[in-house]
Amino acid sequence: MSKNRYPRLLGLLPLIGTLLLSGCNMTLLNPKGQVGLDERNLIITATLLMLLVVIPVIVMTFLFAWKYRASNTNATYTPKWNHSTKIEIAVWAVPILIIIALGYVTYKSTHALDPYKPLESDVKPVTIEVVALDWKWLFIYPEQGIATVNKIVFPAHTPINFRITSDAVMNSFFIPALGGQIYAMAGMQTRLHLIANENAEMDGISANYSGAGFTGMKFKAIATSQEDFDAWVSEVKKAPKQLEQAEYAALAKQSQNNPVELYSSVTPNLFQTIVDKYEGMKPGPKVKHEKKEKEVAATDMDSHSAAGAEE
Amino acid sequence: MFGKLSWEAVPFHEPIVMVTIAMIALGGLALFAGITYFKKWTYLWTEWLTSVDHKKIGVMYIIVAMVMLLRGFADAIMMRTQLAMATEGSPGYLPPEHYDQIFTAHGVIMIIFMAMPFFTGLMNLAVPLQIGARDVAYPFLNSLSFWLLVSGVVLINLSLGVGEFAKTGWVAYPPLSGLQYSPGVGMDYYIWALQLSGLGTTLTGVNFLATVLKMRTPGMKLMDMPIFTWTCTWANVLIVASFPILTATLALLTLDRYMDFHIFTNELGGNPMMYVNLFWAWGHPEVYILILPAFGIFSEVISAFTGKKLFGHHSMIYASGAISILGFMVWLHHFFTMGSGASVNAFFGLATMLISIPTGVKLFNWLFTIYQGRLRFTSQVLWTLGFMVTFAIGGMTGVLLAIPGADFVLHNSLFVIAHFHNVIIGGAVFGYIAGFAFYFPKAFGFKLHEGWGKAAFWFWISGFFVAFMPLYALGFMGMTRRLNATTNPEWVPYLYVAMFGAVMIAVGIACQLIQLYVSVRDRKKPENMCEHGDPWNAHTLEWSTSSPPPFYNFAVLPKADCIDPFTEAKENGTAYQAPAKYEPIHMPNNTATGVVMGALLTVFGFAMIWHIWWLAIASLAGTVIYFVIHAARDDQGYMVPVDVIERIEAEQHKRLVAAGKVPATATRVETSLEQA
Repeated sequence: MSKNRYPRLLGLLPLIGTLLLSGCNMTLLNPKGQVGLDERNLIITATLLMLLVVIPVIVMTFLFAWKYRASNTNATYTPKWNHSTKIEIAVWAVPILIIIALGYVTYKSTHALDPYKPLESDVKPVTIEVVALDWKWLFIYPEQGIATVNKIVFPAHTPINFRITSDAVMNSFFIPALGGQIYAMAGMQTRLHLIANENAEMDGISANYSGAGFTGMKFKAIATSQEDFDAWVSEVKKAPKQLEQAEYAALAKQSQNNPVELYSSVTPNLFQTIVDKYEGMKPGPKVKHEKKEKEVAATDMDSHSAAGAEE
Repeated sequence: MFGKLSWEAVPFHEPIVMVTIAMIALGGLALFAGITYFKKWTYLWTEWLTSVDHKKIGVMYIIVAMVMLLRGFADAIMMRTQLAMATEGSPGYLPPEHYDQIFTAHGVIMIIFMAMPFFTGLMNLAVPLQIGARDVAYPFLNSLSFWLLVSGVVLINLSLGVGEFAKTGWVAYPPLSGLQYSPGVGMDYYIWALQLSGLGTTLTGVNFLATVLKMRTPGMKLMDMPIFTWTCTWANVLIVASFPILTATLALLTLDRYMDFHIFTNELGGNPMMYVNLFWAWGHPEVYILILPAFGIFSEVISAFTGKKLFGHHSMIYASGAISILGFMVWLHHFFTMGSGASVNAFFGLATMLISIPTGVKLFNWLFTIYQGRLRFTSQVLWTLGFMVTFAIGGMTGVLLAIPGADFVLHNSLFVIAHFHNVIIGGAVFGYIAGFAFYFPKAFGFKLHEGWGKAAFWFWISGFFVAFMPLYALGFMGMTRRLNATTNPEWVPYLYVAMFGAVMIAVGIACQLIQLYVSVRDRKKPENMCEHGDPWNAHTLEWSTSSPPPFYNFAVLPKADCIDPFTEAKENGTAYQAPAKYEPIHMPNNTATGVVMGALLTVFGFAMIWHIWWLAIASLAGTVIYFVIHAARDDQGYMVPVDVIERIEAEQHKRLVAAGKVPATATRVETSLEQA
C-alpha cells in the first residue's frame, strides 16, 4: 500500500517541471525594454542574495527536526539550554549583513529606476499622454497631433515619455514587457519613462482594479522601426474620427471592452484640460500674505504631479 | 419608511445566491430547532451569550472564526473555479458584478472576520491563564468587543441576501468606493461591518494591554511573561495605535458617502491619495497584528514539544517589539507606484527590509530551540515546521516586493497575491490551527484526534504550494490581480493547477471538520482525556490548572518568578500544592449588556446602510441608554465561597491523582478542612 503511494506522487513531478521550464515565456523574465531588463536583473540579484539565508534556514529546519526527533535518544538533550551569546550575535548579524547588502542594492536601484527620471539617449524622445477612462485607455500624441484608444505604436530604441492621468477612478498604467508601472489618478499627472530594445507587440494593462470593466481595460503596445512609426502616424492622420470636445465626452462615458479607435486630430491641450478639470493638488484661492509662496507653488504645481515634493 | 430597502434588494434572480441563502436558512432552522428541542436556550443564554468569562468568550470567537473560514473559503473556491473556466474568451459562470463582490468579501472576511477573531479567541483563551490572572481587566468590555464583532459578521452575511456587498476590492480605494462610482449599498455594508467590528478590536486591544500590565500574578515580571502573551501584547500595542486610524478613515469615507463631503473624491479638492495612505497606515500594522500572535504560538509549541526552554526568550521579545515598531513605518510600500519619488520610495523600501532582520532572528531562535531538544512530531509541531519552511519563502518574496525597482513590475500582480497568502496562510493561519490544536484540550479537557489533524496538515500545506506557486509564476507572466477572465492561453495550465490546489486545501478543511467530529465522539476515551490540565508537559501557568479550568482559573494565584514557572514547579515538586486554606474569590457577574448592545448596533448598522433614519436614531439611542443604565448599576461582582472552591479543587485533586501527577497520599482538602 504505502509503497504505491510515492510513485504516484512522483508522477506529478514532470508537470511541475514543465511549469518551471516554461519560465522562458515569462514576460517579466524576458523583457523587451531596458527598464524591464534592469528590473529583472534586480529581481534576480535580490533573490540570490536572500537565498543565502533562506536556503540554510530551510535546510536547518529539516536537519534539526530530524536529528533532534524524540525517538533519537542518542542526540544530545539540553532542556535548560536557552542562551548563547555567540549564537545570538550570529543570528542577529547574519540577517543584518544580508540586509545591508540588499539595502545598498535597493537604494541604488530605486534612484536609477525612478520612473520619473528621463532615460539617457541620443534619440529624441516621443511623448505620449495617457488618460485612463472607465474602462479604456486614451492615448494622445501631442507632437503628432493624433490620438488613439487601446493601442499605441512607437519607435523602438527611442525613449518614450509617458504623461499619465485619469478622468475616472485610479488605474495603473503598465506594459509588463517594457518594465515599471505607475498610477493614473484624476487631477494629477504621473510620469513614466520606458524604451523598447526591439520591435515587438506587447500587452498593456491596467494593474489597479477599477470596477466592472477592469478586466477588459487592455491595450496593445507596438514597438516598430522609425519608418513604420512614421507611416503609422500618417495613416492615423487620415482616420475619419477627430477627438474634439463632444467626441471626448462620449468616449469618457463608461463602456467595456472597447475596440481600438484612431483619431486624426485632437483638441489642443486636451490632456491638460482633463487634468485641470479637477482641483487636484492645485493651490487654493490666493491669500495676500502668502503671495510669494503661492507664486512658487503655482509654477511647481504646473503638472499637478502626484509627487509633490519630488517635482 | 424603509429608506432604500425594498423587495428588489433580494437577488431572487441569482440562483447561486438563492441556493446559498436557502442552505444557510435551513442550517439556521435546524440549529434553532435543535436548541429548542434539547431545551438549551437558557443554558446558551446564561452560560455563553451573556458570559464575561474570557475562556468562553475565546471559544465563541474561535467558533465565529471557523464559520467565517468556511464562508471565506467558499468565496475562494468560487474565484478559482471562475478563473479556471473563464479563459480564452469564455466568460465563466460569474458576471463581473458578482465576481467583484466575491473577491472583496473574500478579503474582508478572511482578514477581519476569520483571522482577527481566531487570534482574538486564542488570546482570550490563553493570555489570562498564562499570566496567572482570573479574568481580563474589563470582563464586560471583553463581552462587548465580541458582540461588536458579531454585529459586523451579521452585517456582512446579510449583504449576501439583502442588497449586495462592495465591489471595490478589500482596500476600497476611493474614488471607486465613493458615491459617484459605487452608488449601491455594498460599500455601506463594507463601512458598517468594518466600523463595528473594528471598534470591538480597539476595545480588545485596550482591555488586554490593561490585563497584562495590571493583572499579572504576583512576582511575574514583564520580561518573564510567556512568549505568546508577549506577542499578543505587541499585537495589542499595534491595535491600539492603528485601529483608530481605520475608524477615522471609515468615518471620513462615511462623510463622503452620506453627507456629500469631498474628502476623498476627485472633485472639489478631495484627495483619494490621502485614503490610500490612511488605509495602509492601518492596513500594514494589521498584518503584523495577525502574524505576531502566530509567532507566539509557534514559540510555545516548539518549546513544549522539544521539552526545552525557548531559545532567546528576551531576544524574541525584542524582535517582536522591533517588528511592531518598524511595522508602523512601512505603509508606503503598498503603493510605490503612486509616484512618490525615489527618495521616499527608498526610505520605505529600506524600512521594510529592516523588518526581515528581527523576523530572521525569530526563525533562528526557533531552530536553536529545536537544537538539542527532543522534538515530538505532533500535529502542532508539523504546523510549526511547515510554517518555518513556508514562511521563509514568503518572507523572501515579501522583501523582494519591498524593493521599489522590483515592485514596479510585480505590484498588484498575482505575485503579490501569492506572497501574502504565503505569509498569511503559511504564517498566521498555520499558527492559529497549531494554537487551536494546542489549546483545544485546555478549553475542553480532551485532545483532538492526531491522525486527522496530521492529514489536515498535509493537505493544507501541499494544497497551499500547489495553489499558490503557480500564482507566483503567473505574476511573472504579467497577470494582474482581480481579473475576472483571461485571454492568454499560456496562463491556462497554471490556473488549472491553482484550482486543483484550492481543492486540496478544501480536503484539508474537510479533514479538520472530521477531526472535530471524531474527537468529540471519542472524548471519553482515556487516551484522549486530559482534564488534569497538562497534556503536553508544557512550561507555563495555563497548564497548571485543570482543563477546562475552573471559572476562577486559579484557586490560589500561582507563583511566578522565572520564565517557565510551571516547569520549575514540576521539577521542584511544588506543582499542584494546595494551600492550607482557600480564600473566597472575587468574580464578575455575567451581563446581557454586551449582547443587547451588539444587537442594537447591528440594527443601527443595517438602518444606516439602508438609510432608514428613524430606525438608526432609535437603535443608537437605545444602545446609549442601555449602556448608561448598565454603567449606572452598582455591580461589584460576587465572592465565590470557600466551600465551592474546595469542592472544585477536590475533584481536580482526584484527577491529578488518577493521572499520577500527585501521589495519592497527599490529602489536601482534608488538611484545609481540619484547619478550618
